[in-house]
This record gives sequence, C-alpha cells and structure tokens, in this order.
Amino acid sequence: MAYKRQIDRLPIPPKDAKVHNVTCHYCIVGCGYKAYTWDRNKQGTPTENAFGIDLSKQQGADGTWMAPSMYNVVKQDGKDVHLAVMPDHDCVVNSGLGSIRGARMAENRPSTVTGTQQQRLRDPMMWRYGVLQPTSWDDALDLVAQVTARVVTEGSEDDLVVSMFDHGGSAGGYENTWGTGKLYFESMKVKNCRIHNRPAYNSEVHSTRDMGVGELNYQYKDYELTDTIMIVGANPLETQTNLFLNHMVPGMRNGAKVIFVEPRRTVSVNAAEVAAGKDNVLHLQINAGTDMALFNALLTEIVAKGWVDKDFIANSTFQDGIAQAQDAGHPAALGSIEEAMKSCTMSLSEAAGICGVDAADIAKAAAWIAEPKDGARRKCVTAYEKGIIWGNDNYRTIGALVNIALATGNVGREGGGVCRLGGHQEGYYRPSDAHVGRPATYVDQLLINGGGKVHHVWACDHYKTTLNASQFKRIHKKRSDMVKEAMDAAAGGTREDLVNAIVGAVNKGGLFVVDVDIINSQIGQNAHVVLAACESNEMNLTSMNGERRLRLSEKYMDPFGNSKPDCLIAAGIAQNMERVLKAMGKADYAAQFQGYDWSTEEDAFMDGYNKGNPEVTYDRLRQMGNNGVQEPVVGFENGKLVGVERLYSNGEFGTGDKKARFCAAGWRGWQAEGKAEEQAKYKYWINNGRANIFWQNQFLDQDNDFIQDRFPFPFIEMNPADMADIGAGPGDLVEIHNANGATQAMVYPTPTARRGETLMVFGSPAGSQGNVINPGVNELVLPDYKHTWADIRKISDAPATVKAISFKSKEYKSV
Amino acid sequence: MSRCSNLVDVGRRHFLRGGSVAVAGLATAVLPVGGAKAAPANAQINYPSNRLANVSDLTVNEPMDIEYPDADSPGALIKLGQAIEGGAGPDGDIVAFSTLCPHKGWQLAYDSKDSTFNCPGHFSRFDVEAGGQQVWGHATQNLPQYTLRVDDNGDIYAEGASDLIFGRPSNVL
Repeated sequence: MAYKRQIDRLPIPPKDAKVHNVTCHYCIVGCGYKAYTWDRNKQGTPTENAFGIDLSKQQGADGTWMAPSMYNVVKQDGKDVHLAVMPDHDCVVNSGLGSIRGARMAENRPSTVTGTQQQRLRDPMMWRYGVLQPTSWDDALDLVAQVTARVVTEGSEDDLVVSMFDHGGSAGGYENTWGTGKLYFESMKVKNCRIHNRPAYNSEVHSTRDMGVGELNYQYKDYELTDTIMIVGANPLETQTNLFLNHMVPGMRNGAKVIFVEPRRTVSVNAAEVAAGKDNVLHLQINAGTDMALFNALLTEIVAKGWVDKDFIANSTFQDGIAQAQDAGHPAALGSIEEAMKSCTMSLSEAAGICGVDAADIAKAAAWIAEPKDGARRKCVTAYEKGIIWGNDNYRTIGALVNIALATGNVGREGGGVCRLGGHQEGYYRPSDAHVGRPATYVDQLLINGGGKVHHVWACDHYKTTLNASQFKRIHKKRSDMVKEAMDAAAGGTREDLVNAIVGAVNKGGLFVVDVDIINSQIGQNAHVVLAACESNEMNLTSMNGERRLRLSEKYMDPFGNSKPDCLIAAGIAQNMERVLKAMGKADYAAQFQGYDWSTEEDAFMDGYNKGNPEVTYDRLRQMGNNGVQEPVVGFENGKLVGVERLYSNGEFGTGDKKARFCAAGWRGWQAEGKAEEQAKYKYWINNGRANIFWQNQFLDQDNDFIQDRFPFPFIEMNPADMADIGAGPGDLVEIHNANGATQAMVYPTPTARRGETLMVFGSPAGSQGNVINPGVNELVLPDYKHTWADIRKISDAPATVKAISFKSKEYKSV
Repeated sequence: MSRCSNLVDVGRRHFLRGGSVAVAGLATAVLPVGGAKAAPANAQINYPSNRLANVSDLTVNEPMDIEYPDADSPGALIKLGQAIEGGAGPDGDIVAFSTLCPHKGWQLAYDSKDSTFNCPGHFSRFDVEAGGQQVWGHATQNLPQYTLRVDDNGDIYAEGASDLIFGRPSNVL
C-alpha cells in the first residue's frame, strides 16, 4: 500500500514569524517561495498567523496551505527553529504553484530534530586507516594544497583536472561559480576541466551563440502572447513544471497552437491536447536523431512559401555570404540565409522519408510556425532542450532550429523567442575561459587514458551523469585506489611522509581525488579528501532563471554541521595554496593566490559579479524580492533595479557586427562515432529522460520515503509487446546491456511507447543509464547521451518493494 | 480579586474550546475533583466517527460522495469489487479518500475505467487501487485515505485519515 505520512496536524507560523525570499534551487524555472521561521516555543493561532488568513476555515482551491513536506525544524543561528517553505502567490514565475520538487524543499533540509537528510556532510573527511575519517578544515585543506601545489609545480597545471558545476541554484550561483572560477581560471589557468553533466568544459549551445542568439532570449510571458508554441526534444510539464502550467497552458487557452517534435509521447503532449484541444496540437513523432532534417524541411517550405520576414532578414542578419567558415571549432559554416540554404535545402518528401512523419504534417507545421496571420507576422515561440542538446549533431541541429526563428523574425519580439528550456538555473560569473580552447579537452578520456594526477571534483558525480560510465568508473576507481594504498602504507607518518607517498603514487599512474559536495556522492567513494559544502538557503545565493530573472535566495538556516559555501571552500584552498607555495620558496606563484579574504558569500559576490555589474547588490536584490530583475541589469531608478524583458528587441544581435548569422546545417545522418553501428546491432533504443518527481534532486531523495515508495528503482518505459518478448511483467527488473556496459532498471509498461523504443530515467543513483552509452561526442565534445542501443533481459521478478506500486498510465484523463 | 476571576475565565474558555476533543470522553470519564481545570491537549487529534453509508448502498466502481471529517471536506467512498490491501467491509474492497487534490486543492474526478482520481487543474493522478498513490503529479503526498470500520449491520464509518487534507492545518478544524 502507498506510503502514508500519518500526519494530521501541523504547527501554525505566528504573525511575527521571520519571512525570507526563496527561489527554488532545483530547476531552471526558479519558482518563488517564502520561508517562514519562528522560535521553537512559539506558535500562531487559526486567526492570528503569518499568512493573515482564517485557518479555522477550509481553504479553497489554489488557497494557501502548508503541506507536511513544506515543514521542518532546522538550525538558525545555532537554535532549533520551525521552518515552513511555501510557494509565493505574488511571484510572477509560479503565481503560487509549487512543484513536487520545490514544495519539498523544507523536508529536504538537514535536520537533527526530525532526522531528515542525515546523508548531508557535516565535516571535511580524509582517507585514513582504510576509511574516510572526519577531520578539521585546516587539516583537510592543508593536504589538498600540499599535494596540489607539489603536482602543479613539479609538473604543470595541466596535471590538475577539475570537474566543476557551472550553473545557478543549489550549490552553484554567482558566488560559487566565481569562487571556483577565480581559483582555477585566474590564480591558475586550468584547461583540463569539465562541467557537471558533460565530459568537457564547453557550451551546450555553441551554435546559437555563434549565430549571435543567446539561448535565453525571451520572457516566460511570451508563451501567453503567442500564436504557436513549438517544443523540441523537451518535456516541460515534467522538467519545467510551472513554466508549463503557469505560462504555456494559459497560452494554449488563449488559442495558441502547439507543435511537439519528439520521438515519444510525453505527459506534456497529453496535457497540451487537454489544454489546447487535440486539433491544435501537432505531435511530429520523428525517428530518433532526425530533428535536423525536419528543421531543414520546415525552413525550405517557409522560404518557398515566401513566409520569411524579409525586413528582419535584411536589417538584422548577415548579408554577405560566409561570415564564419566551417573549421575545427565550428562544425558548420555561418553566414547569410542564402548561404545557409545551399546546405539546408531539403524537400518535404525527403524529410518525411528520413524522419518517418507525413510530408503533409511537416507542411502543416510550417504553416503553424510561419504563415502570416491576419497579414502580420505569426508569433511563434520555440523551446528546446536535451532531446537535441544531448542529441545527434548538436551544433548543426540547434543551428537549424535557430535558422527557422531568424527566418521568421521570431527573436526579440513579443510572443517569439528561440530558447533552451534549461536544467538548473544559471549563475555563471567567472574569469575568461579562453585558455581552455575549442574544442576543449575530452576530460573523461584524458582520465581514462591515464592523464591528470590530481582531480578536484565540485558537485559533480560522473558515476551517474557521464557517458561511457562503465569504463570511466572502473579506471577512476583503479587509479584512486593506487593512492589509497599509498596513503594506507604511510599511516602513522608525518604530513611530509603522506604527501610524498601520494605524489609517488600519482607519478605511477594514480589519481588524488578531492571531492567537494553536499553529500557523500558515488564518485566520492574514490575521494581521498572530501570537503563538506552547503547550498542555497544555508547561504545567500544569487542565480537567474530561464527568462534571465535574477533573484537573491536568502539564507534562513545554518549550514549543516561544519559545512561551508563552495566559494569559501575555494577561498580556503587558495589561501592554503598561497601558504604552501610560499613555504616551497615559490613567492611569485604564491602571490597569484591572493585576493580571497572573504568571510561571507556576499564578499565573494562583491568581488565577482558586482565588479562587472556595479548596480547589483544584495540589499537591492532583497528589495526586488521574488520577482527580482531580468538580466542584463541596465540601471537603478526610483529605488529599483532596471532589467530587460527580451534580448535583441532592437534588432541587434550578439556578434561583432550585431548581425545574426544563419547556420549551414547540412544533414549528415548520425554524426557521433559508433551510433549507426550500434543502432544496427541492438534491438532496443535506450532513450533517456527525466521524471518530475525527482528531476534535479534525485540524489537528495535516496532516503525520502515518499519518493522511494513511488519509484524504488529507476524505471524503463517499454511497450507491453516488447515486455512480452523478454518475458517481463510490470515492475520486473531487467538488465540493459551492450558492448559499452550494463545497467539495471524496473520495467514500467507504457503502451504509448513505440515498439523497440524504450526510455530509461537518467542520472539515477540506483542504475546509471550512462553505463551503456558509448563515448561518441561531436566535434566540440558534446555528448550524444540520447542515442544508445542495447539488448534487454529480465534478471528478476518484481521485488517485494515494487509489489504495491502503481503501474498505471502517467497520462491525465479528463473525465 | 478581578485578576483571579479573569484567570478562571481563561481556563473555562480553554476548556470549552477543547470541547469537541473532550466531549466524546465525558460520558464515561470520571471527572476529577476540580474538573474546571483546563484539560491538556491530546498528542494526536481525535477524529469523529461518522457513518458514511451502508454496504448495500454501494455499487461496484461507482464512487459515492461523502463529507469527512466535516461538511467542508469532500471525499469519495468506493467499492472496488475485489479485495485490496487496506480495503474494508465483508469483501475487503471498500476504500474512501479525500477528493481534494493535495497539490492545490482542486476537486478530483474519478475515472472508472482505470480506477484513478484525476485533477483537472494540473493533470495529477492518484491510483485508488494502490492506496491513493500518486501515479503522476505535483502533490507531495499521496491521497489522504480514510480509516473505515464496518459494523455488523453493514454500516460504514470513517474514523481517521492517513494524511493531512488540503486546505487545513489540522484535519479536524
């Protein structure tokens, strides 16, 4: 039977409860919440309370209600206090809606009173006597600095490999990207680095940026003002929930048509059919990896019909042939529309053959996107995400999609925009990364091939979120075990003995691993030093959401135990590097590690983001509340920060000459190595996706009873006939295996899944889909996670934990 | 003197306010001397025992509207037609749930084809055959299920709830 909370009453926040602005730190939408904290021995009454409503009466639909998941008891200034974190009705992003993630922020806080999140790290730890032992910051940071300084001075900074988040929210944000960025890109020039979810330090959307079109160029309200919503390789009801519910659905109810380009039927498609009416939804259920062919046919049709925006193209796009030739850093040429059409032209029938959809439907989509309405531009807003970002031929495919928006003048205008939907919030502020180069180092391969001697890992878990993960894990463990053995052998000796032992081991192929995280992650098993970090609301944190809305999410509780903000950990590493290098007699190099005398995260913010954006301070952001300000911030007037609703509204784009470029996105089939062979060899496409219930926070839900009760194992959606082929019933465990490796999942029967096309949840701590993904990447080292083929066999009947769970369709049915 | 009287009044008011909790016990409890003293609050709330229907009133897979614990809290009583974990009645197949979505309090609609409650507001779904488990949706808990007792006459009583009901800080207001 389903998990029951067995809670029938909650404390009431008193009228004088402290109120803090909170931006949800899970997904990019960044919903506004209010955190209420109050003394342990105080409470409100039904009529006198912080909400200012009569709680003795039943609240109506959409009314204010504290669910049990919105409540906890946490430490604030060393004292236990009540905490309630509730969705903010006055925030324009979510208008009071909470998601299944954000509305659990309170219960996902570490509490020594209620016992939640006991997996959170309290102290730094060091590998000693065969286990990770808690220790002091001074001790841990000293060893990190001693080993790192020895390795980079005896060899070079190229021997230091860094995996680090680049996003906002959670443990990212402007404070923490600056702290880490200053350390690795200013004090050092580390080039062998990568980002949390991919094996290199690169943009996921190089082409749109090269074309002059930043990937977050609209405002969410554009979905409410548009004629057509085009959603490509994305499932926003699950992964940008309140963007879908609070902006896309109102747009659909205002009469917008909806086009989905997506090989599978998602809950988003179903919900759009309910909201817009089936006749107003066109689902182009294309073959895997064929998006670019479809976009090129759409563009060809739009050009042929004369539906292009001639004035916009003439005034705002490059006119003279090729602006950027194809080369090692540019997988396609960029230039005028005429130049692009030489590569992009594709007939409806040819695309229909490649994509497996009707030519008539492609023509219909082109009309919905571009056919003038009442003699004027048809407004079309385009949204895309991992389906093409982690898909086939990333650079050209995204370029081909942006081509359509440029050709129809749908960028920088009301009801337009061509934007990625995003994962985390953004919050990137670092010194230049130009030294990293393009293409950037394929860091996972570097480590697999024995490169690097020291590995600093910041809130990344390659075990769950990399490709070719089976091989990566084996080798990473083997190399780090060499250092563990050396440390064990040096036990009882001096610090100098220990450092010598570690340096000796890394010079023989070992890897010294420093893991900075909020929990003991899976890659953290290989760490020799673990540094305990905290996250937003345990510190002040600034980030911007998918419409560039910058907010300060305020600190309302203490960091757990002795954990610290990442920016202050980076400062601690820098200060120790300076001290150690000085002692080594390298005064000049040591001096590069000065400038970290920060005592709070605000100091890091002022040292970084504020220097580039002097109008923006914590006090001003606090005043702007949960609606914040849309970046870029262009002024401060009448006590308010002034932002920008849409980018490029003046028709000038982000290139040297302000003219946008089209992409010569010639279709070339499977781009990444090994994909075509794998598709031919194995029976099942193992697509991957996310589930709203734990998207972006699955690692925090490993011990959450409500979540584990629903999905005790990572699921794989399969057509019932495919299940019959392998003799698997609902909830049975299967092994997914191919030449890259193997992983396991629980079968979820899904009649809408096409035969031979499965979907496994990505990033699960209990079954990494990355184990079976081959190492194939594009020219700029963007992984094609989405295209993996494997065989599937049953390994177990449904375990007891699975027996009681529901395997019914996830699709809402109107009754 | 006046101060002393006020204190007595405060005590009386507290006692009366707690009346809905205490009244069920009054008939059998022997009041201690000085019974006007405020009764300590219980550690858990006492639910009313409300008769919802008789087994013979129910048709398989046709939910009956109910109100529990009070008239402002809509719910549904359903005979599923096959025994189920947590099911009440002679066939072990009767269940009852709150029908306010624990996401934003919209009234759920029953789909008899697959025995689910569906939320027209934001597309959440709950499986009546799996203890009200959220199949897919935005709520951070499963559907509050009512504790049922069926007496020898087939009368069905609700006497508790598994989860907090939307829109109230306490299931008994």
